Amino acid sequence: MKEPGLTCPVPHEPGGTVTLAHGSGGRLMHRLIRDIFLAAFPDPALREAHDGAILDPSQDRLAFTTDSFVIRPIFFPGGDIGSLAVHGTANDLAMCGAQPLYLSCGCILEEGLSLEALATVARSMAAAAAEIGLRIVTGDTKVVERGKGDGIYLNTAGVGRVIAAQPIRPDRVRPGDVVIVSGDVGAHGAAVLSVREGLKFETELKSDACHLWPQVRELLESEADVRCLRDLTRGGLATALNEIAQTAGLCVRADESSIPVRPAVAGACEMFGLDPLYMACEGRFAAFVPPHDCERALAALQDAGAAPVVIGEVLPEPRGEVRLTTRIGVERALDMLSGEQLPRIC
Amino acid sequence: MKYLDEYRDRRAAERYARILQTLAKNPWTVMEICGGQTHAIVRFGLDQLIPKTISLVHGPGCPVCVTPLELIDRAIAIARKPEVIFCSFGDMLRVPGSQSSLQEARAQGADVRVVYSPLDAVELARQTPQRQVVFFAVGFETTAPMSAMAASLARRSGLKNFSLLVAHVLVPPAMEAILSSPDNKVQGFLAAGHVCTISGCAEYAPLAAKYRVPIVVTGFEPLDILQGLAMLVRQLERGQCEVQNQYARSVRAGGNAAAQALLHEVYEPCLRQWRGIGPIPASGLRLREAFADLDAEQRFEVAQIAAAEPKDCLAGEVLRGLRKPHECPAFGALCTPEHPLGAPMVSSEGACAAYHRYHRGGEKVSA
Repeated sequence: MKEPGLTCPVPHEPGGTVTLAHGSGGRLMHRLIRDIFLAAFPDPALREAHDGAILDPSQDRLAFTTDSFVIRPIFFPGGDIGSLAVHGTANDLAMCGAQPLYLSCGCILEEGLSLEALATVARSMAAAAAEIGLRIVTGDTKVVERGKGDGIYLNTAGVGRVIAAQPIRPDRVRPGDVVIVSGDVGAHGAAVLSVREGLKFETELKSDACHLWPQVRELLESEADVRCLRDLTRGGLATALNEIAQTAGLCVRADESSIPVRPAVAGACEMFGLDPLYMACEGRFAAFVPPHDCERALAALQDAGAAPVVIGEVLPEPRGEVRLTTRIGVERALDMLSGEQLPRIC
Repeated sequence: MKYLDEYRDRRAAERYARILQTLAKNPWTVMEICGGQTHAIVRFGLDQLIPKTISLVHGPGCPVCVTPLELIDRAIAIARKPEVIFCSFGDMLRVPGSQSSLQEARAQGADVRVVYSPLDAVELARQTPQRQVVFFAVGFETTAPMSAMAASLARRSGLKNFSLLVAHVLVPPAMEAILSSPDNKVQGFLAAGHVCTISGCAEYAPLAAKYRVPIVVTGFEPLDILQGLAMLVRQLERGQCEVQNQYARSVRAGGNAAAQALLHEVYEPCLRQWRGIGPIPASGLRLREAFADLDAEQRFEVAQIAAAEPKDCLAGEVLRGLRKPHECPAFGALCTPEHPLGAPMVSSEGACAAYHRYHRGGEKVSA
């Protein structure tokens, strides 16, 4: 796959920054693409330098998704915007029961971004893609004036091959299904918070960002009837459960004391008055399976290195709601947030 | 999590629920002062665990909720000035003023920034000498020492481009306003633990004696609140009206002397308008004469801006414990966290927002 002579990154000028000229479509832009993106992404389809990638799906059913990434800061413990842009889109495909195959990479760069940072992001994308044999096959770069962007915005679209025999979607969820969470929640959100301007605090927390496909593949191969999968990204577990409850027209009942939250995440949340159930994860998902497949699903996820836990079940009523049994044993609504969680005043 | 899970223990909570069941022979109306306590009560479902005869009403201890309309309007007027970087806690951004909010001002081009500490605003002023940095100093005795520290620091480092829009309020005068109101229903208080960590418990004894109400300084975890309630109900049943300290692991009788000294150095009490409640004598803090040049109201000449509260928001009755959030006709219909009519629907410490989030609008809430 690799073409000799092009895989070694041409050193970019030290201390250089992105300028508006890099977005002009001229020589500078081509140099940027060659030195940073082609150097990092060795895919032959990309090297065709065509207007689009020609894919050969043959007889497969395809899953197709897109996501944009605007995280601040762009580097955080356990990842950066590049790895996130790969994990995020690949995980959306995995949630459809599809093996992620192809990815596009659209970059909107702000004038003044250091080329060193851009190259680091590109390399990090390449490394994340390589983990699961995902190919970055097409891309685009635009530059906006200083002050009109936030360093770097990425958009990735992904194509995957559907492996799941049964459709994986909310309308297949049935009363009695168990809800499994693939691991402890909230670490990504807390890790990003820990390096955010004005909030910095010392912690050993790392983002949980990772590929979910290896876990999903193991789950599908276990032949458990996977009714629905949902990654716990923006809005966290609470939001994901609400989305499923609403789309399925059923009730999800969860038990707060069974939801795994690691102490450092719980501590950060306490400090800022935030609820870990609403904190974003980038490497966790919820799986809905029938009760007779529960053990099988748990074993498969454990085999794939996850630490799955049953946190709840699906009930017929009240429709479209999530009910949470609190730590002290009282039941209440677990609603979606109306906006961003804000750190408390006192 | 250590030192936290212990206070959220299910068995201990159920034990306190049984103790309360035994203690409470008569119906009692009890107010928790702090919005953080309100939040914990509905988040953990404590209101459903305690005997139905104990009615919890939610107090005015939400800084966002009680900041008067005119101060929000003044904040927006200052923020709109091109030379100003306006710094605020995030919660204040969505609070509706009489025309718009800080968030809307920001969308229209005002430089409004969320900070997590007043000291960040001082640092920003140091880094941007060509701009005027204004900090919106809201909050009770808990946050006032931090803004006093910011004022003191700005003064010592000779910063000419830093000022404060001061909206600080004090808890004991608000309790007195509630107790002295002819329609008062509150028979006992859970006082706010964090406020007392700063200011101590001394101010409460005269209130307890004058109005014959028991006051229990209480923490914020489920077991804190249940234990505080048990202490309060025991007093109520015995006809006692003492000040007790449930939150002794944080609150000392004398409070935090260093913080108090700083407060005293920078601020002095003043008459303050409370949103939904009205003016309360000596319930606010303003900068002392020696710090008057840091007063953003004077520096930007906005002190003349006045505002009248809308009639359809019953936040005042909620904040005085006369009405529960879901008893307001606008609750969940006209007034939601997405389109708040009043501040208690905005803040995470606001009673209306807490009810909306955990009780899903129409759901039955214990009376």
